[in-house]
Amino acid sequence: MGKTDMNRRMFLGRGLAVGCSLAASPMLTPVSFAATGGENRLVVIILRGGLDGLDLLQPADRGLQVLRPTLAARKPTGLEVTGGAMLHQACAPLWPLWQAGELAFVQGVSTPYRNKRSHFDGQDYLEAGTASLNGSGRKDGWLNRMLQNMPGSEMRTAFAVGADPMLLSRGDAPVETWSPDVGFVLSSQGARLLELTMERDPQMALVMKRALLLAGEGGGGAMTADDADTMGALEDMMDAQMNPNGKGAAKSHVRVAEFAAGQLRAAARVACFSIGGWDTHANQARALRIPLTRLSDSLLALKAGVGAKVWERTTVLAMTEFGRTVAENGTKGTDHGTGGMMVLAGGAIRGQTVHGHLAGFEEVDLFQGRDLMPTDDVRRYAAWAIRESFGLDRFTLESVVFPGVQMGDAPRLLA
Amino acid sequence: MVFDSDMAQTRFGYGRSPRVAGPRDVDEMVARLRGAEAPLADADIPSDAEMRQRIADLTAMRRTYRKADEGSTERGRLKQKYNAARRATREDVAGWIGVTLARRVWSPDGLRERLVAFWADHFSAPGKNEQFRFIAPTYVANAVRPFVAARFEEMLISAALHPQMLHYLDQNSSIGPNSSMARARPEKTLGLNENLAREVLELHTLGVGAAYAQHDVRQLAELLAGITTNPKKGVVYVTKRTEPGSHTVLGKEYGTRRARISDVKEVLRDLARHPDTARHISRKLAVHFVSEQPDEDLLVSMAVRYLETDGDLAEVVEAMLRHPASWRPVGEGSGNFKQPDLFLSSALRALAVPERALTGVKANQLNRLLGTPLRTMGQPWRRPIGPDGFAEEDSHWITAQGMAARLQWALSVPTAVVDELPDPRAFVETALGPQAPAAVRFAAEAAENRREGIALVLMSPAFQRV
Repeated sequence: MGKTDMNRRMFLGRGLAVGCSLAASPMLTPVSFAATGGENRLVVIILRGGLDGLDLLQPADRGLQVLRPTLAARKPTGLEVTGGAMLHQACAPLWPLWQAGELAFVQGVSTPYRNKRSHFDGQDYLEAGTASLNGSGRKDGWLNRMLQNMPGSEMRTAFAVGADPMLLSRGDAPVETWSPDVGFVLSSQGARLLELTMERDPQMALVMKRALLLAGEGGGGAMTADDADTMGALEDMMDAQMNPNGKGAAKSHVRVAEFAAGQLRAAARVACFSIGGWDTHANQARALRIPLTRLSDSLLALKAGVGAKVWERTTVLAMTEFGRTVAENGTKGTDHGTGGMMVLAGGAIRGQTVHGHLAGFEEVDLFQGRDLMPTDDVRRYAAWAIRESFGLDRFTLESVVFPGVQMGDAPRLLA
Repeated sequence: MVFDSDMAQTRFGYGRSPRVAGPRDVDEMVARLRGAEAPLADADIPSDAEMRQRIADLTAMRRTYRKADEGSTERGRLKQKYNAARRATREDVAGWIGVTLARRVWSPDGLRERLVAFWADHFSAPGKNEQFRFIAPTYVANAVRPFVAARFEEMLISAALHPQMLHYLDQNSSIGPNSSMARARPEKTLGLNENLAREVLELHTLGVGAAYAQHDVRQLAELLAGITTNPKKGVVYVTKRTEPGSHTVLGKEYGTRRARISDVKEVLRDLARHPDTARHISRKLAVHFVSEQPDEDLLVSMAVRYLETDGDLAEVVEAMLRHPASWRPVGEGSGNFKQPDLFLSSALRALAVPERALTGVKANQLNRLLGTPLRTMGQPWRRPIGPDGFAEEDSHWITAQGMAARLQWALSVPTAVVDELPDPRAFVETALGPQAPAAVRFAAEAAENRREGIALVLMSPAFQRV
């Protein structure tokens, strides 16, 4: 390719040659975030694709075993939760969290979305937090509407982490999006000129400014080329970028969780990211292990990353757009369903609990004769988690954040 | 209508090039699109049949090595042979993507290339395993590219019933629950998988807001049940997998006689010609090419043309090009923000990266040039999160992370892909034309080196918005 072989040196060397500050990954950025009111943290993880709650937490039920001849025939994992249900083997790393009272589940919940079972609509419902999607107009997410009602909330209060754009955090309140994979080298003169070219495009200019800030540029914190630690860290980062098949990239979900944890340890109070891979239409016994492992990894990385003190104040909500069919399909998988499951984790929660009510598995109990009957609104639980974490009042939650939701009695999610 | 050659290149092509002239008028654009494709050296992307053979060879090699005795030297040798063949295929795949890039950089028919990208996204079908990741570029080349100026129903039948799509949307495992195959093996609980049927209705044709119901999804899935992939023959229709009886989709009954593949094609043609599909496709095209809030009259004239011509896509595109709203200039700080894929490709075109460097690209080079950067910008090459493709809204793309990744690319890649970086002062003209804003001209001149000067031009709003 041309005369020059592209290699890592090129990415590093030329920037150093022009001599100014060395951009670094956000991990290296000196943090000076203004804190919003309160010390509690909320992390929302969107599980894209439709988590099969009945497999994550398998109820001991003969009716289910009939409908799931292979999936419900698994060997006992020994990870028995309240009510006799069995936690999936792939979540065994989370067992210490359960035992420590830092893990809980909400069964039989769903969004108000019914009938069409489209991932995209389902995820829009889940992230918009509304009772319907009006086709036209700009959509925003409930997490963003929550931020708009949190006094003192600012740009770095909330982070959407990872490459996946999320409706959940979209809206009028500022939310920073960042993937721990970006870093670049630009001279300070270049940075000034860049600003100049964007002067008449305020939207781009603002975003660029934040990018420069997040990547450690933008004046002030210039790092020198002979700073060995910085070089080492930058090389690691470049390695991860240049070798997408390397072991660094294989665990990119962990880096997302680690970056979120780093921000939460500082001034951020809210973070969201997504984990995909839940759409297990075929060979679910094998296919579900991958996302479950990612979820376990991410929760453990969050816990380790924020440290004991912050973890005590952290609530994690992992939610999915819908559950899956109760009966196994022809390919040992499950199709898009309705009633699903929410996972709660964190030092702030009241753990060792399975919330909610599970409808039965007889044909009459199922939604449209195929799906787990939803028995509660998943938004009600999210609303209570916000109420208990950030003290938002009930009226705001029921009319603005989740319009139309009846919060009802407190499920007491937090300890 | 105010045709503008610069706009024709940036809005409806891959941007300006220092070496390839832009179209003179809409007639020229339409004539090129309707005409034969310009040939390109090294563009020997395999046919579906050739690709099937390659995959079959790979599978055979794997089977042979796995049969050899555990720990034997023979097994080691066979495994090496298999892995060498995989590596060679990976290199070829990179080359095929390189051919796509070369077309974007060097074709005088940028409109066709943009349409190929648009439809490849509309019929997104990323591979879920290595074999289908290998096949993916040939799917676009064989099942999408030839139909960008054809009737929509031809593309629909070709793409939705391609082995790549059947793999991606789990069709191969969908079997009529009352089919003779399912009844013969009750212990296997064979059944339908609704995935393909759902996405055909929701994404490929009518659109998610259209008036279809779960019932229609189910019935279409039953109609599609006979469609599956045979590793040797490609897509086949297997009667014993079909669900007996007739099936009603959107109120029309199909398959009253014996199950036939013609029933499947008939329902797809009907869906393709449905007014909701005309609206869905017209709107999607207009949003992609013209504006996030397209002119209502533009949408109507496109949809009307669509229905008048039974979905002739060249006609629909021509209706868009002949409408004055499509040529409305954008002021500074507005206009469609280029998606990452368009941003990178148009930068390569402005840099006139040599054809040979692209068609002969190695897999690891392609990763640095395109693969990793696109992933960080949120648009991994033809791998959207779901079958709905990538988001059109600018707000999805104007993010700190995305901008940082673009800057990272603009600073590092150009210098590695051309023999000599152009003078930034000249590059302003090349990339932005005579309309280049004064601030960008100034920045290009004031940059402390060529590398940053080029990056500043590529990062400028004038380059990133169309």
